[in-house]
Parts: sequence; C-alpha cells; structure tokens
Amino acid sequence: MEWNMTLNEPGRVCLMQGNEAIVRGAVEAGIHFAASYPGSPSSQILGMLGKIARERNFYAQWATNEVCALEACIGTSLANARSICIVKQNGLLCTADALHCGAQHGVKGGLVIITSDDPSAHSSTNEFDSRFMAMSADLPMLEPTSMQEAKDMVPYAFELSERYRQMVIIRLTTRVCHGRGNVTLGELPETTRPLRPVGEWDRLVCVSYRHMPMLETLDSLQEAFEVCPYNHYSGPEQPKKLIVAGGTGRLYAQEALHRLGLEDEIGLLSLASLWPLPERRIVQYLQHAEEVLTLEEVDPFLERNLQAIAGSHRFTIRFAGRGDGALPRVGELTPDLVAEAVSALAGRPLPTRRDETQPPLLERDLNFCAGCPHRATFHILRRVLRREKNPGIVVGDIGCYIMSGQEAGHYAYQACNCMGSGINLAEGLGQLTAYGLDQKVVTMCGDSTFYHSILPGLINARYHDSNMLLLVLDNSATAMTGFQPHPGTGITAMGDDVPPMEIRPICEAMGCKVAEADPFQVEETESLMAELLSQPGLKVLILRQPCATLKSKSRRAKLRVYVDQDKCFGDGCGCDRFCSRVWGCPGNSWDFAKNKAVIDPVSCVGCGVCAKLCPAGAIVVEGGEEQ
Amino acid sequence: MKALTYDPLNIVICGIGGQGNVLASEVVGSTMNDLGYRVSIGETYGASQRGGSVMSHVRVSAEQELGVLIPRGEAHFIIGFEPLETLRIARQYAGDATRVIYDPRPVYPQGVLRGAQIYPDMAALRAEIRSLCAEAREIPAADIALACGDARAANIALLGAFSCLDGAPLGKDDLAAVLKQRFKGAVLAMNEAVFARGCATMEGGEL
Repeated sequence: MEWNMTLNEPGRVCLMQGNEAIVRGAVEAGIHFAASYPGSPSSQILGMLGKIARERNFYAQWATNEVCALEACIGTSLANARSICIVKQNGLLCTADALHCGAQHGVKGGLVIITSDDPSAHSSTNEFDSRFMAMSADLPMLEPTSMQEAKDMVPYAFELSERYRQMVIIRLTTRVCHGRGNVTLGELPETTRPLRPVGEWDRLVCVSYRHMPMLETLDSLQEAFEVCPYNHYSGPEQPKKLIVAGGTGRLYAQEALHRLGLEDEIGLLSLASLWPLPERRIVQYLQHAEEVLTLEEVDPFLERNLQAIAGSHRFTIRFAGRGDGALPRVGELTPDLVAEAVSALAGRPLPTRRDETQPPLLERDLNFCAGCPHRATFHILRRVLRREKNPGIVVGDIGCYIMSGQEAGHYAYQACNCMGSGINLAEGLGQLTAYGLDQKVVTMCGDSTFYHSILPGLINARYHDSNMLLLVLDNSATAMTGFQPHPGTGITAMGDDVPPMEIRPICEAMGCKVAEADPFQVEETESLMAELLSQPGLKVLILRQPCATLKSKSRRAKLRVYVDQDKCFGDGCGCDRFCSRVWGCPGNSWDFAKNKAVIDPVSCVGCGVCAKLCPAGAIVVEGGEEQ
Repeated sequence: MKALTYDPLNIVICGIGGQGNVLASEVVGSTMNDLGYRVSIGETYGASQRGGSVMSHVRVSAEQELGVLIPRGEAHFIIGFEPLETLRIARQYAGDATRVIYDPRPVYPQGVLRGAQIYPDMAALRAEIRSLCAEAREIPAADIALACGDARAANIALLGAFSCLDGAPLGKDDLAAVLKQRFKGAVLAMNEAVFARGCATMEGGEL
C-alpha cells in the first residue's frame, strides 16, 4: 500500500508489512538511490520504492542482478548520495566480492544493504544465515525484532554508515518481511543532503593497506553498539538464567515468559546489533549467568559467539540453543519451540495440550498454476527425451520452473544448483559427449534469469561449442517473485517505457543457433525440439508464452472451457485420465460421482491447451477473446 | 476502543495459494489498527499461486506487543477457504473456545486427482472439525462469489460471515466501510453483493 509510504503525518499509526516499513524508513532517511534484484521474501521493497520514487525525488531501479545493484550503490556513494540496496540471502552471496572489497574501501554517502533470510526456506531453495557474511566482510549488521524497529533502523543505519564511512547491513527474516504490525510514522525530510562533485582526490579504492583502517572502523562500531538503542534488557539485575534473543526470538520469548510467569526470574537480552557484538553489554549479564538460552534464526551464530566471549572471560555457563539440541538445527523458530525451550530452561512444565494421535493429513504438492506455459514445456520435453535411446540429462535452474523437479514437471531434471548455474553444468556435461558420454544434454532458464546470470555462461558454451540445448522459458515476467520488470519487458521500476532488449538477437549476436516456438502449439514445438536435439553443438530454443497469472491480470474475457461429459469415456477411455492425472493442470478436475473429467471453473484460466490434447475430443472451448 | 472477547485475540485464516488469504488478513488487520488496537500478522505465503497450503495469523490486543505467530491450540477464530485445510489448521490451532467458519467446497490436491492420495471422507472431515472446536459454520463462499460474477471474491463472502459471528472483533459496518475504501464502481458493487450474501448465510443458524 503505497499511500502510507509518503504520508506526511508524523505520529500516525499505520499497519505495515515489514517490507513496507523498510520502504517508509528509506523515505524518512531521504535516500537518493535504490537498487535491487527481486528475491523473496523482500521483493516488494523495491517495487514500492519504484512507485513513489518520482514523488519523493529519488531514483529506483530493478537491476539486472544483485552485483549490478550493489556496485551501482557504491558508485553513487562516491558522490555523497544515500543509497539502499535490497537483496535476499542468495543475492547477498552473489555480491560477495563487491561486498568484501567495498568493506575495505568504505563509503562516502550512506549505503545500507537490506538482506532477507528465509528460515524454513518458505520461498527459497535453501536456508542461509547472512550474519556470517557480515562477520566475514567485517561489516556492521543490525536485525529488527518488529515492524516499528524495521522502519526506525533504516535512518539509524544511514547515520552509522555516514559517521563511520562504512556500509551497514540490516538483516531481515521472512517473519519480519511478511509480517505486519503497527508502525508510528516519523517525519519526512523536506530536502535530501546535497550531492557533492567527486573531487580529484576523493577515493573509494580497494587496496591492501586499507585492511587495518577497516578493522579500526569495526572497533569503533563495536563501541557504538555498546549503547545501541535497539538492544534491550528486561528481567532481574543479576540473572542466573538468561535468554539472548536476536530478531523474531524477542517477542516469542517475551510471550513465553509471560505465559509461564517467569518475567522476574529469567533475564531477556535482545540484541539488534549482531556484528560486531557489544561485548561489555553482553558480559554485564553473562557474568552472573549459569545457564544461557539463545534464540536466533537459522544458525547458532549468537550461541557460538557468546561461547567465545564466555570462554575468554573463563565463565562457566551451560549454553542451550540451536547448537546444542535445545532447538532444532534447521527450520524457523516458532512460539511453540521457544515456549518448550524456555520451559526446559526454567524447569517449569507447559500446560499439557490435547493429544494428537490422528493419522497425518495428506499434504498438497506444489504445482504449476492453471494455464502455466511451463506445464506444456515439460510435457513436450518428456516426450522428446523418450524418443532417445539413452535417457537424456536435464539440468534445472532457478525460477518457477524449478517445480519441474517435482511431480508437476514429471521429475524433469537431475541437477539444479544456484541461479544461473544450469548453463554451466550443462556446458561441462556437453563437452563430455565427445569423450564417451552418449546422452543428450538439456538445460533451461527463464527470461529474467537469462539476463541475471546466463549470459557469461552462454558466451562460454558458444565459444567452446558445447554439445547441448538451452531452453529459454520466456514468459515475459519475473514470475516467481511477483512480476517485476527485467530488461526484456520494456518497462522500468519507475514505470518508464524503454526499448526492450530481446533475447533472440542477443543470442544471435553471440553466434548461437536460435529457434523460437510457442509451447502451447504442442505438436509443432515437439517436432522442433526433437530436430534441434538431433543437431550437434550449442542450440538455443526460446519458448515464448506469457505467464498465466500475468494474463489473468488483464481484463479480457477468458475463454470458457468445459468437458462434454457425453464424449468423455472416463476410465474406459484408455487415456489414464490424461487431463487430471498426466497433464495435471489445477483446472482439470475429476467428477468422482460420474467418474468423468470435469473443468474446475474457479481454477481454469481458459488457455484451452488441454482441449488440444484430450484423445476423446471431449473438452470444449468457447467464447471470450483469444489471448 | 471496545474490550476484546479475548486479549490477545487470535485468528487463523487458511486455504490454498491464490484464494485471497493474505488480502483477507490485511483487511481485518488494518481495520483493527484503525480502531486503535495493536495488531500482528504473520503470512505464510511460500506456496502462493502454486496450489500449496497457506495460512495467515492475525493477532489483536489492546496493548500487548505480540509475535506474528499464534501458539498451537490458541486460535479463537479459524476462517477456512477449503475443508481439508480447515481441518489441518483446526488440529493444530483449535482449542475448546474456537469458532470456525469455512467453505465446504473441496479443492482436490493434485495427488488425489493423480490417484496417489485419497481425499478424506467429507462426513468424517466435517465431524472432526466440529469435534475440535466450539462452533463450526459452513459458508459456500466460492459458490456465492461465482454466482456474483468473480470466484476471486470468495474471501469477501467469508469476511462477511466472520463479521456476523459472536465475539468477532469487528462488525459488519466496519468491514463494509473498508470495502468502500478499497473498491470502486462495478467491482465495489460485486464485492458488496458477495459480502451481503456472506452475512446472510449466518442468519440460517448452525449447520
């Protein structure tokens, strides 16, 4: 909701998502420049910044990838600009080199990096703990525990960044990004700080002699964090039992202590300054403690660092947390896990709950959306590879099509690493086909991934003429994260129309053999894919069909699709219920009462592809406008 | 500010991706925020648009600052967009005082259509939901929305029914006002019709 991002009513309380709170914080801090590449759970931040950029007189960009985003922010910092770079955990890893070099030369204008970790990997391929990146790069890191703190920490981080001439990272987790809470609005600045011409002797250069000054900066920041206003303590003055919480842990712990009536018995130290840790503040509470429980998301980062502090002071403390088995080693914290750990720390049992002895309920597999072009693509790919005498090798990549590794895509691929890796894994395998590996090699990428990180790999594969096929699944969107523009879409984050950079001429300029097809033209595309696969060397097949969800946002009347049940033979057909079992679109359901196929009118988006595939011709398409 | 029936008051809204779960929680939450309450919402969104189970936790208090997730067994209201998902959530979050409203229209998981899984027997499923909580009402929300012109408005039918429940933290008028803020013209008229029919289902007594 962009309206309260620019509302000039200091003191008004709004309900804000954590991502919105970051946007509001950036606006209150008076930024000049914002850049990001979409990644859940923080994708919404730059999208909202783009919509209000003109009104607040700053520049916002959906960058081609996270490295472009961070390095552009470092560039603008040289001219005294305040810049914000937003990435998810994997995106922060992409920026590792720029981040470490940048830490060594520091910044001039404030530079704040927002990184979002996804504990439990709700919308990610993996869990990762960004705190180790701060530790590794010797950069300061903060983590909010509420939406209010998320907003307030952005201007605070900019002040630190400018005072200490260093980048500051704010770590978010999914429960903050995708949580909502009350946020009291602050003032909007009337002007931003002036840009400064870059002088002849202004320098942001990474050289080895900057190592020591960088460490001294970190020491100064440690002093600043001793009095960080976002570190809190409540409980007895000299706690025997202590909880140290970061991020989401604070509120879960507070609620558990309240429920068990332990607020006066057990201390709760909530740390927002995660790196460098405020050692004196920590020792003040650690020195009397016999038992310490750490509550944190993903890895035992605080736990291990507290152990190091306790060890250097020769404290004898029993530590509990993710590292010692008091909490699970994987998955996010929940109020129930925290309540159990707090109850174990206190030696006070929780009230018993209803016994849960029923057999578990069936889980829902993730699936491609109704009308998704990827369903057709993987149906075709499976049919083509079945013609080969040896099974093919398929390498996946990161995008919605990652679900093709599950039932939804008939378990299509054997390998899938990080974003942009598919082309390179396939390139290596393709070279082995000259050394006795007798299999066809196929990989894939989406349109947004193509620009993000496929290009260098494609240059490599073309130059070394690897024997492989790259499928570019062009659905005209960064669909997985919510339809952000990319260089192929012809629109920017700020809503400007610009000439799109078409994928085909880019590939042709590299000298690749390129073909194009529509995956909804199932038969034609199948023949073309088989033909390409039979040719030696590097081939690129661009499969174009817009994302179904993108199309459903348009106002055009959709086609009406229904099953003529007089024509459907049901289980007597011999098609093995092709539409609902094999094709597997959520729009294709089964009428268990009549034992015949049926279209679910709620899910169906009217693409009509199933009608072309039904062997009995029982699916009827009528009305609407062709999409 | 009206005293809450429970403080904190906990609501779980559950269904499958793409049913309008997040919007429903945001509408309830911002209405309560505007009435002066402290609100925390946790959205589980990973499977949105991809057919997986999703839920949102909405928590309201007069003054307590709350974490975004509800502890197990502590939901006072469950709003379910689908029966299997309602049962899944009731097993985890329902307690003796929980009131449930849900759409009894099943959306079969892909595994059921494929023949690899069996959808629970509807009579047993309904009985278990009723046994787990104090009150359970069935609202044909998707049918109401389809009849009014857009299946995506099913969440509005459920919100209408929710606002008519005993002990609900907000009333029919509070939500009707929000609809006027959010929608315009024909879309508003459609949503208002869905909302009114959602409210009307509550006048028929417990099913």
